[in-house]
Amino acid sequence: MADGTALTAPLGLLAELTHRCPLGCPYCSNPLALDKRADELDTQTWTRVMHEAAGLGVLQVHLSGGEPAARRDLPEIVKAARDAGLYSNLITSAVGLTAQGLAKLADAGLDHVQISIQDSDEASADHIAGYKGASVRKRALAADVVALGMPLTVNMVVHRANIERIEAMVDLALSLGAKRVEIAHVQYYGWAMENSAALMPTREQVDVALAAVERLRAKHHGAIVIDAVVPDYYARLPKPCVGGWGRRSLNVTPAGKVLPCHAAEVIPGLEFWNVREHSLSEIWRSSPAFTAFRGTDWMQEPCKSCARRDQDFGGCRCQAFLIAGDARATDPVCHLSPHHARVAALADERADVPYRYRVS
Amino acid sequence: MLLVDQTNDLSPDAKPRLPRGVRLTHNEAQGGWVLLAPERVFKADAIAHEILKRCTGEATFGGIIDDLAKAFPGAPRDRIAADAAALIRGLVDKQLMEI
Repeated sequence: MADGTALTAPLGLLAELTHRCPLGCPYCSNPLALDKRADELDTQTWTRVMHEAAGLGVLQVHLSGGEPAARRDLPEIVKAARDAGLYSNLITSAVGLTAQGLAKLADAGLDHVQISIQDSDEASADHIAGYKGASVRKRALAADVVALGMPLTVNMVVHRANIERIEAMVDLALSLGAKRVEIAHVQYYGWAMENSAALMPTREQVDVALAAVERLRAKHHGAIVIDAVVPDYYARLPKPCVGGWGRRSLNVTPAGKVLPCHAAEVIPGLEFWNVREHSLSEIWRSSPAFTAFRGTDWMQEPCKSCARRDQDFGGCRCQAFLIAGDARATDPVCHLSPHHARVAALADERADVPYRYRVS
Repeated sequence: MLLVDQTNDLSPDAKPRLPRGVRLTHNEAQGGWVLLAPERVFKADAIAHEILKRCTGEATFGGIIDDLAKAFPGAPRDRIAADAAALIRGLVDKQLMEI
């Protein structure tokens, strides 16, 4: 194998336990075509996946969805992760998870809970989630997490409807007892791409938001950790998507397909292997979807001879396909991409149209 | 992962412990001991592991140093205390340790 193509041990597993979710967030990262309940992996298979993941080097598993609590066997899956030696992180909407349900997960060995909060303003938050009463549930579950002594992260996805309330959102996270808050600007794939005109903030709003995060980090140093996912569309350099394709993480879908990143299914022609037919180790090493963009051999110019190619790995393959029309192209977020102007054009397309909510 | 800042001393009576949600675990494929926390992973080298595994919340900092000095008779006690204090202080700052 050429340099940069050497196999590394993955650190993280995103386990999408189900696509079912009571919320309908217009920026949802699930694919437009959702897996059906009847196609979901059973408890036994998830248990095997947890052990295989740990054997491969995975240290942390993110139990996600949809809403993972929609699965009745969630405590068994958490226990399997713990037995395998994995650190487990529950990524929940809080809707459909009771205090008793949470206590069962804690007993099963759950390490950390991350609750999504759509806005500091309750009416706006419920509107974004497409679920009346979601805010009240989220605040109640946050209190239950803290009462159990578990670390709480609040995840806030930022877009045009809430971007001017970042300070209030961080204050809310602090008041809920979160030790960590994620301020994540929308990534425009899947449902978010469908809703991009309704979600896209203005350049000025983004600048104000970035400055607010820096100010709040200094103000709350030691009280809360603020992790920010910066908005791609106003950047000059691409992000090293998922830390490099097939380098650090893998994603198992509800039906068992293993993806290098959660959006990878948008790329046509990629062959994904399934945990029903292969071990995770075989898939990591040899599945065509993982080898397709691992390392740097697949690159074209300007990536191929770029000094940053081992830092950003050409950026996001999905974005390259969606905007440049070629998954092997340079991520058009990069100023060196011949398609960079299209990113700016997309960032300028704003319309006050209703959200198209996902349905499940 | 040892920090060089040795100006912060810890009280010999302090009882350092990993809070809930922070765990020390061994993973063969990652080549050893790691400290796991929300969205964060820290590799623990042999020295860090020896210190961290003693931070049970039961043992005092003074007791931990005595124990380490006994386990590693070749290392000067002052140096052990400084290294352990720096490591623990650094983790407290990151909310990965409670004292």
